[in-house]
Amino acid sequence: MADGSETVISCRDVWKLFGNHPERYFASIPSGHNFDDIRNDGYIAAVRSASLEISRGEMLVIMGLSGSGKSTLVRCLSRLLEITAGEVIVEGNDLSALSEKELIELRRSKMGMVFQSFGLLPHRTVLNNVAFPLEMRGQDRIERRKRALEMIELVGLTGREDYYPRELSGGQQQRVGIARSLAIEPDIWFLDEPFSALDPLIRREMQDEFLRLQGILGKSIVFITHDFDEALRLADRIAIMKDGLIEQCDKPDQIVLNPATPYVAKFTEEIEKSRVVHVSHLVAEPSGDIAEMEPVSASATVRSLARRLISDASEELPVVDEQGAVIGVLKRQSALELLYGERS
Amino acid sequence: MISAEAVSDHSRPGRICQGQIIILIAIVLALGKFILPESLIRPPNWLVWPFADWINWLFDFIKDDLGFIFVTRAFAAGIEWLLDVTANLLYGRNRWPRLGPLPWTFIAITAAMIGYWLNGWKLALLSGGTFVWIAVMGQWKWAMETLSVIVVAAPIAVLAGLLCGIAAWRHRWVERALNPILNIAQSLPHFAYMIPVVVFIGVGPKSGAIVTIIFAAPPMIRMTLLGLKKVSSEIAESGMMSGANRWQLLWQVRVPSARTEILVGINQVIMQCLAMVVLASFIGMPGLGQKLLQLLQALKIGRSVEIGVSIVLIAIMLDQCSKAWVVKEPKHFEKGVPWHERHRLKLLWAGLSCLAFLAAEFLPLADQIKRTQALTVYKQIDTVVERFIILADPVTQWLRGFLIRNVLIPMRDVYLWLPFTAVLAFVAGIGWVIGSLRSALICLAFVGMIAMTGWWDRAVITTYMVSFAVLVVIAIGLPLGIWASRARARARLVLLICDTAQTFPSFIYLIPVVMLFGVNDVAAIGAVIVFGLVPMTRYTIEGLRSVPPEIDEAADMCGAAFRQKLWKVRFPLALPTIAVGLNQTVLFSLFMVIIAAFIGTQDLGQEMQRALSSTDVGKGLVLGLCVAFIGLLVDHLILTWSARRKVALGIS
Ligand SMILES: Nc1ncnc2c1ncn2[C@@H]1O[C@H](COP(=O)(O)OP(=O)(O)OP(=O)(O)O)[C@@H](O)[C@H]1O
Ligand SMILES: [Mg+2]
Repeated sequence: MADGSETVISCRDVWKLFGNHPERYFASIPSGHNFDDIRNDGYIAAVRSASLEISRGEMLVIMGLSGSGKSTLVRCLSRLLEITAGEVIVEGNDLSALSEKELIELRRSKMGMVFQSFGLLPHRTVLNNVAFPLEMRGQDRIERRKRALEMIELVGLTGREDYYPRELSGGQQQRVGIARSLAIEPDIWFLDEPFSALDPLIRREMQDEFLRLQGILGKSIVFITHDFDEALRLADRIAIMKDGLIEQCDKPDQIVLNPATPYVAKFTEEIEKSRVVHVSHLVAEPSGDIAEMEPVSASATVRSLARRLISDASEELPVVDEQGAVIGVLKRQSALELLYGERS
Repeated sequence: MISAEAVSDHSRPGRICQGQIIILIAIVLALGKFILPESLIRPPNWLVWPFADWINWLFDFIKDDLGFIFVTRAFAAGIEWLLDVTANLLYGRNRWPRLGPLPWTFIAITAAMIGYWLNGWKLALLSGGTFVWIAVMGQWKWAMETLSVIVVAAPIAVLAGLLCGIAAWRHRWVERALNPILNIAQSLPHFAYMIPVVVFIGVGPKSGAIVTIIFAAPPMIRMTLLGLKKVSSEIAESGMMSGANRWQLLWQVRVPSARTEILVGINQVIMQCLAMVVLASFIGMPGLGQKLLQLLQALKIGRSVEIGVSIVLIAIMLDQCSKAWVVKEPKHFEKGVPWHERHRLKLLWAGLSCLAFLAAEFLPLADQIKRTQALTVYKQIDTVVERFIILADPVTQWLRGFLIRNVLIPMRDVYLWLPFTAVLAFVAGIGWVIGSLRSALICLAFVGMIAMTGWWDRAVITTYMVSFAVLVVIAIGLPLGIWASRARARARLVLLICDTAQTFPSFIYLIPVVMLFGVNDVAAIGAVIVFGLVPMTRYTIEGLRSVPPEIDEAADMCGAAFRQKLWKVRFPLALPTIAVGLNQTVLFSLFMVIIAAFIGTQDLGQEMQRALSSTDVGKGLVLGLCVAFIGLLVDHLILTWSARRKVALGIS
């Protein structure tokens, strides 16, 4: 969101195959082989030809069915897995060319990750789990403790510093994972279904907290979720994956309004479009006089205008941008279609 | 069940035929023995290779020409230094640091506190009580001689096992290289370990310690490898993302996360150490084992029982404490718990220890109890035992005579009568029927190797004793297991007894049989039977009790009566597990037959004793490998069968 120009992570044509000799197999792979063909050859194409760019301060949400390769893609971006082909560039460095030392340095200073099943160290207390990355960095004890306590407070676990992971509920464990990943103040933050184990109330709280943090800290974030609502609340862009392929990666409005593939269309079918689409996407040329009417904001969702659209019978409403300048009109007909579906 | 059998049989009809043909050939060979040439009956001379000489040559080469003896001497010197320290502390040997002996009260208090910390009052009573018993019965010095070796050997074995396990985990080739070695090591009888150690290091406590270390390390390697493999990849990844380097990842993430398996490994190491330390009396290791050996050979039952009780108590204590450690998870203190509360146990221990030292200053009895001051009940035990023997003697005499005359000797003669080619063909056929051509070849190789060592007859005698014992074990253990598994409480009780009995060093089992039968073949086989009964009963119960309840209920709904249900439903399902028990029974029996050699048998064990006393490494190792091959053969057959059976039944 910040400036949108500087690319933090970019990956080009990344492949990740699981199997006995992935590199050798990849070299011989016939073009046009799809996921099932590859599986019949004894390999799993967890990520296929993925290309993405994430700019500074942007939040990219990855969605897709279970087993579609989301976690694998994120592991490729953090080089927890060696990619089979392609390249991943993080802040200008080719990730796979980094030496072990440089990679460790990068992780110690720039990257944080929250794991799907928490990955907490069972023999360490909450406090020591959160302080673990700092300890690896060689920070001294007192500072470590101070910072870890701050993080624990941030995720609302104050008072449980001395608990062991197995003494916590799933949601609490997940929050420890979040606190740990934040301890080193990473610039790049990978979150693999970080809120999946939380109850709706805390989940919402965490999302708010998350947005607030993002507003202040402006991290570059890759976020995996199964929950479309969550994606809509958080995402700058959404990438939808199927069988290892990124089917579409775009702004939420575009995904809903112009699905690139039938699969994406099906994936977004159930979603209430009016909650996603912003007025700016429906702006049209005015055909009549609109001067008198009260304008609507371009950044509002169509859903938020529902009441007005029903009570106000005028065919066109003026649309203004952030500065208050009129940029066009919203046609009542198209807005209602979006709200209640096309007339059959 | 019926359909499962049908499926598994239909799927490989060809193999069964080939295997059966080979078995048929074996039978023909056996029946036509009188027309066979001599070279097909006994392994001919050209087949017997001088493995022992080669091994001796190799050992001499390593020892003298490569100068390896200096390495082992240096290592032994290091161990000896450690042993001196513990010996000084525990029983006052006059060596650096010259502080000991520690008062027995202090050691008993420390043991009790450790027990309390691990698992509360009961364990505190057990560990404290064990030491009190030992002190009061005047066995302190012997017990401390034994323990001083365990205290040195167990940590070194743990460390060595941990490092090897880590190496195996890190490099596939190390794992591949270690696997067969570990397999053989696990089926090599105790004595086979001792001879090389005697050659390199000599006799006495330090060789006792070293042989213990070598013997106890393998399970630690296994458990470490298992534990490290089980650490979830996400935990490791979270360590990586935290910026841990390799060293940190290993020691701060992976090893602590494999805690449970590693602690189970430590438990096994400690128990193996105890078993070996007691047996190491054969190579001049002083302590409880040596006393027991002397007393048994002199048929002093009362005294042996006293020592036996001490060994059993130590075994149970060590086992319970290390098991409690496995399940003891760290716990947090609530906020605001004051310092003295957090460290209550440590403070209590410090206080009580001070008291113990003070008492020892002023009251000699609280320091050391001399043998002349000790209690003893051996006279009473002896009278009871004598009365009992007078009562039982007609029965045991008759049983002994009957067994030897009508069962054992005929059975032995039949075994010895069999042409070795018939045995080879029979084993290969069985291998093929149970597994595949590969199994057949593996079995053939094992038996063929035994034939090539030139110890055919001895191996056959060992086999006959083991097979007789195993038959008796099945005849007793199976019904016992079935009976015990019928009620939950009873099953729990019998399992508890079995688990406890399994921790006893094998030596212990000789006491009652020597008491009943004296020193001879029947006593040896009796010990084997008692020892082998434990795993058989245990796995029968576990197999029967782990039948899924749905299946049980389904059988009930089909109107199956208890017997029908047992034989048609539960038993077939439990059979793979029972087979594992049988496998252990065979291995245990083999070990026991070898150990029992010193009370008079004429098998591989006796030869091994001779090799031990003449420190003939080549002979000892070849004999040990013969035993190992018998064990591995049975192991391979049973496990292959059980694995196939499990697949066929869809349980794993
Ligand atoms: N280490 C591995 N070895 C072999 N196959 C793997 C491995 N890790 C993942 N896969 C396979 O790769 C595919 C993608 O897995 P991935 O974990 O990325 O899915 P996901 O989209 O994160 O699913 P979920 O939503 O359930 O977390 C799956 O088919 C999985 O079986
Ligand atoms: Mg995932």
